[in-house]
Amino acid sequence: MKHPRQALLTYPVPLPSPVFRLSRAPAALLALCLAGAAVAQAPAPAPVVEKFTLANGLTVIVKPDHRAPTVAHMLWVRVGSMDEVDGTSGVAHALEHMMFKGTPTVKPGDFSKRVAALGGRDNAFTTRDYTGYHQQIPAGKLEEVMRLEADRFAHMQWPDEEFKREIEVVKEERRLRTEDSPRAMLHEQGTAVTFLASPYRRSVVGWMSDLDAMTPADVRDFYRRWYVPANAAVVVAGDVEVAQVRKLVEKYYGGISARPVPERKPRTEPEQDGPRRLDYKAPASQAYVSMSFKVPKLEPADLADPVAGAPASPTAAGSREALALTVLAAVLDGYGGARLERALGQGDNRLSDGAGASNGLMGRGPQLFVLDGVPADGKTTQQVAEALRREVALVAREGVSEAELKRVKTQWVAGEIYKLDSVFSQARELGSNWIQGLPLDGSERVIAGLRRVTAAEVQAVAAKYFSDDQMTLVTLLPQPADPNRKPRKPALPIRHGDGS
Amino acid sequence: MTIATTYRAKRPLILWAAGFVCLCLQATAGAAIPIQQWTQPGGAQVYLVESPAIAMLDVQVDFDAGTRRDPAAQAGLASMTMTMLDKGLEAKNGEPAMDENALSEAWADLGAQFGVSATGERLGFSLRSLTDPELLDKAVALAARQIAEPSFPGAIWQRERERMVASLKESYTRPGSIIARAYAKAVYGTHPYGYEVTEATLARISIADMRAFYSAGVVACRARVSMVGAVTRAQADAIAARLLSRLPQVPCASLPPMPQVPEVAPLAQAEEKRIPFDSAQAHVLMGQPGFKRDDPDYFALTVGNYILGGGGFVSRLTREVREKRGLTYGVYSYFSPGLHAGSFTVGLQTRPDQADQAVALVREVVKDFVAKGPTEAELKDAKDNLVGGFALRIDSNRKLLDNIASIAWNGLPLDYLDTWTQQVDKVTVADIKAAFARKLQPEKMVTLILGAAP
Repeated sequence: MKHPRQALLTYPVPLPSPVFRLSRAPAALLALCLAGAAVAQAPAPAPVVEKFTLANGLTVIVKPDHRAPTVAHMLWVRVGSMDEVDGTSGVAHALEHMMFKGTPTVKPGDFSKRVAALGGRDNAFTTRDYTGYHQQIPAGKLEEVMRLEADRFAHMQWPDEEFKREIEVVKEERRLRTEDSPRAMLHEQGTAVTFLASPYRRSVVGWMSDLDAMTPADVRDFYRRWYVPANAAVVVAGDVEVAQVRKLVEKYYGGISARPVPERKPRTEPEQDGPRRLDYKAPASQAYVSMSFKVPKLEPADLADPVAGAPASPTAAGSREALALTVLAAVLDGYGGARLERALGQGDNRLSDGAGASNGLMGRGPQLFVLDGVPADGKTTQQVAEALRREVALVAREGVSEAELKRVKTQWVAGEIYKLDSVFSQARELGSNWIQGLPLDGSERVIAGLRRVTAAEVQAVAAKYFSDDQMTLVTLLPQPADPNRKPRKPALPIRHGDGS
Repeated sequence: MTIATTYRAKRPLILWAAGFVCLCLQATAGAAIPIQQWTQPGGAQVYLVESPAIAMLDVQVDFDAGTRRDPAAQAGLASMTMTMLDKGLEAKNGEPAMDENALSEAWADLGAQFGVSATGERLGFSLRSLTDPELLDKAVALAARQIAEPSFPGAIWQRERERMVASLKESYTRPGSIIARAYAKAVYGTHPYGYEVTEATLARISIADMRAFYSAGVVACRARVSMVGAVTRAQADAIAARLLSRLPQVPCASLPPMPQVPEVAPLAQAEEKRIPFDSAQAHVLMGQPGFKRDDPDYFALTVGNYILGGGGFVSRLTREVREKRGLTYGVYSYFSPGLHAGSFTVGLQTRPDQADQAVALVREVVKDFVAKGPTEAELKDAKDNLVGGFALRIDSNRKLLDNIASIAWNGLPLDYLDTWTQQVDKVTVADIKAAFARKLQPEKMVTLILGAAP
């Protein structure tokens, strides 16, 4: 019952889930972090991560892990849908698709074919904050995929015809994931109400009319502007040595010309000073309600060790509160039978068929704390919304128990060990931490920060951030499906590239 | 929160089934994967791969009581029984009762993860725990109680049934759910793989039914226990024994055999069903019953399907439907072999006015593939990927456990993973062509099209 932050993939992943929940901190992020004390007890040698920068500005992060003879190779670009402007929404994601369409030396479609021939798997993803490309390969094949990835990072090139076909694929993706999902539509429109100036107000996939109007030049311009070495990081994890990776990245990425990273305008979200509301009608059976509250976020700089004599960070207090809000979300909804489930989902007069809480914690843009729920049969969204806020008010009034605090922290610490099982997940974590500007041991520091959160801090944020004035309340109003209604006409009956 | 919307677990759990693996763990590439296997005095079979690098353990315990054993009138019985498995424990053998909240708190406090599932074939329990001795000891003890002493509280079943019904009603508004339900019926007919869970079948399920179903199916001597993690064989043996120790210890020889489940009947003739629906995309599913997991054509069909529609971006279907024509975001084919002939299925979604074009194209691609098989070049590409990428199938404890559990469940040889690449490598174009011709009849497949423009 969360709003996963949207991450779109170039190719659908049929199983088990089509969406990477990369940046849905804390669960995803923390589950990937390096453990501090807990890991030290494990018999595995302490994992070593190295980071360095090439002369052209490209960041390289290497994490050797020799448990299995496989490697994850990822290229991360610090550009996502939040770097788009009105009229070309969706271009970051469309570009991600077009990156598979060739270079002067690799024909359209051959990228994935070559990776497959190496025994590898590849895909890519776009979120609001970043775009990522990845291959999982047998250890001996790192050089070949690095050559391919560096080539398209520097030399993407395709005929317009390829774009005309692929943008139709992107529109099908939008229809599948957004237009035929009432909750996804609600989320897309609700976000547009929550944010006014922040580019977070647009969905990653983009508005349909912007996709209809997108041109090959839009995609190429965005690529030229943002795909520069100083705006990207290569992450390699698995059965490799640092020296070997250093040699390979110098060879394949080192020759790419340095170019300046474009200026990013702040587009600061103005203070919200009153409640906002959106009702959305769609064919559905179950209603749904979600309340988003504007909250402070964790600033990466505040995770650094304090320097004696340095002035206090102006964001330090907000960062502490962001951590406390994450603990609050976990106390409300961090395990089976936590507070929300117990209060709303159980008992003779239960209100909901599901209820949730999540906190954004970190991101390039402004963050939200979200409460949401599905009313049980005969109950209303208003009843659910009130009950959700009552649970937060209860924490504000009476605080949380030490047992609850300890429980959510225990789960995070155990998660630090479990995440070591997947080299791919570790590479993903290192990449998304770099995007956010965290240090190499950022996840460890986040966990340490969460473990320091006190019951009093949780109580204080529960009292501070949940007023009407900071809230956007969105409601799905289910409409009966009309079985006799004719299928709708396509929004734009234009066929590109029939291909036959 | 998670609310499952479908309890027909015969979905393509693994696109091409079981196979793979390699957690080369401590082993070097190409070395054998050391699966240890033994039978406990009580009859349970244990499969173990020692993986000492990380201080954690994954366990899977499976029983032959999946949804294929649901009575027709009570479709959903296996799934609902498992839904109730974390809703409380009875007071027994000196341990106090626990309600659902106490139980989930206990798991959270251990930092352990305990899951239950019902698929078409298996009732399964999964445990992931740190191997810190104190934590692991408590986790195994709690898991043993949960396997043997669920309390099945009646009031909570009423609640869960209400939630299921609400979820079912919601699913009737979703195009993907509607077509999946109709497709299962069309392909499987009256076979349990095709049973539909409805408000009516749920209404016929009582706590007594669940208890009876559970105690008939969850029998210690028939358990298959798979483990991957930082434990020795002796530790694994003790853990397996303890997990099953609170179940009645009855020798299998004294039990009546499990009832036979009928086989899936082949389709008599082609059928096309159009379901009117107002959605942004039309959905298409096409297929027929496929083959059983023990079929000698397994590898030919697996490799062949990789080429046809299983290989993601590089499959024929993706090339023709998506890359050349931009008709869809995703198009795929899969086999779902099990103890019975799970379906062969092709699926896609496309704009409503393009549905007929996409269907015609997919039919043509499938027909052509069945008639002519792959090209030599396609087969080479497939082998390069499957053989070359074998290590990616077993490069974590989690992936390895899935493979070991499949070996355990399907009774595959212990060197299955060691010979996997050789089996793939042996497949020829002629093998694939012959195997597809034996298993697939494009002229008899069902085609469901939901939401196409008229």
